[in-house]
Amino acid sequence: MNKIFALAGVVIKELYRRKDFYVLFVLTALLTLAAGAVNFFHDDKIVRYVKDICLLLIWVSALVISVVTTARQIPAEREARTIFPLLAKPVSRWHVIVGKFLGCWLATGVALVVFYFFFAAVTGSKEQIWPWGAYLEAVWMHWVMLAVVIAMVLLGSIYFAAPSSTSTITLIVVGGILLLGTHLNTIALQQAQPMQSILATVYFLMPHLEWYDLRDFVVYDMGLVPVRAVALATLYGAVWTAIFLLLAWFGFRRKSLNT
Amino acid sequence: MKFSPLSLLAVLLALVFTLAASLALTAGSWSQRAKSDNLFGMVFGDGRKLFANHFFTMADVYFHSGYYPSVFDQKSGEEKEIISASHGKKETEEDEKNEDFLGQPKDWIDAFGRNFRITQHTHLENHNEREILPWLRLAADLDPNKIETYTVGAFFLREHLNRPAQAEAFLREGLRNNPDSAEILFELGRVYHESNHDLDRARNAWLLGVKKFLQLQPDEQKDGRQLLDKLAVNLACLEDEAGNYADAINWFRAAQKVSPAPAALQKQIDAVQKKLDAQTPVTPRKPD
Repeated sequence: MNKIFALAGVVIKELYRRKDFYVLFVLTALLTLAAGAVNFFHDDKIVRYVKDICLLLIWVSALVISVVTTARQIPAEREARTIFPLLAKPVSRWHVIVGKFLGCWLATGVALVVFYFFFAAVTGSKEQIWPWGAYLEAVWMHWVMLAVVIAMVLLGSIYFAAPSSTSTITLIVVGGILLLGTHLNTIALQQAQPMQSILATVYFLMPHLEWYDLRDFVVYDMGLVPVRAVALATLYGAVWTAIFLLLAWFGFRRKSLNT
Repeated sequence: MKFSPLSLLAVLLALVFTLAASLALTAGSWSQRAKSDNLFGMVFGDGRKLFANHFFTMADVYFHSGYYPSVFDQKSGEEKEIISASHGKKETEEDEKNEDFLGQPKDWIDAFGRNFRITQHTHLENHNEREILPWLRLAADLDPNKIETYTVGAFFLREHLNRPAQAEAFLREGLRNNPDSAEILFELGRVYHESNHDLDRARNAWLLGVKKFLQLQPDEQKDGRQLLDKLAVNLACLEDEAGNYADAINWFRAAQKVSPAPAALQKQIDAVQKKLDAQTPVTPRKPD
């Protein structure tokens, strides 16, 4: 376990040394503050659109940070040939996969906390209420979803040629799931065969990342999602993460490390 | 033949200057974009109308606190509820049932997924209606010719947020952008009548509304009969309130021609007629 944590620590250090997070955070902060500064009909109590914009930016930023950070982990080690001294130590390929995953996941977790703290500060200062329960649920679910995404990117980084292609493909897949995931079965029912069966199969087999998006509950002050549902969704996310990590390990085990 | 780089640069600069001077006058007409008087018009051109529609829909989404059909749901094409609310339509239990676009869960994924979606049909109330205003403001900026933006915005400002002055200002802005809009004039009349109790200005706005309506093409008039009905009925009620019973009856009769319920209007005509009869002095007949 120490080996995994040591590998994860390196990834976390890498994230705060790189500028991706800072750039995206400053961009999110600037756009949110600019949106919050606009006065509509001389009413300073209007706040939901600020929440909406800020949460959208947080989602986009967190997705970009997690995908871009994860996609370059293993290819960079191979390209710089640091993978050989790493594997020469008593570190197995499974350790590398899990260590990289844990590092990326914890690093995006830290980034998420900073983003959501900023969100709570800005919106709370406007509406003078802090529904911490809803915020905690939103952050937790977001983080669980990012675990699945990070594992998916790690898997992609084993099979795809370059970090850029891994990032692009994963962003398209995750974006597609988030936008269409709920509706895919409805779309399937409107199609002729064999498209209907294909879409229905995809619907039942894909990870339903859209469940983890609790932005509407926060924006419209709709209270809390039942804790049992959150726990089950967490379990579902953990299972998908494990599946992707195992597939990544299978691929990495057989992969030639020479570039 | 040899050219020094400096003389070549000078020739190119002279050429560029000459072309710019000769094209400047005609280039202005190549696109309407540069003539736009707001930033959105310059950046997006006519594409801004697409965004305007999206933002108008966002106002409706906010009005429903996120409980809203997507493009994939069957109810997505229906009239937006902020529009029907601004037309004074009260929601019935039947409407409420019809708006349950989710229906029964289709499978376990759908059923479980509903834990993470808003599944309760609610409307903004207690002055929280203000939350729709940013989207309406943006929609108006992006498409200044979208009439509903002004009428819906003004309705919520006046009726729900008790801000008739801002409602009037928003409608005036709409009227500057759409000087022939009878809908905006109708809503402006409501601000004067219902909020400011200024009968003269309300009458003027509605009369101008009728005039603008009658200037429309026959096809457009046919589609907008409901508006003429509302204008005429409101004018009739206003004249009744002002004590001009004869004018009130005339307006009710005009409304009867376009109203889907002329019998109901007849009852109002009878009621006003009674008031008129009571007002008119009866000349005593000479005994034979």
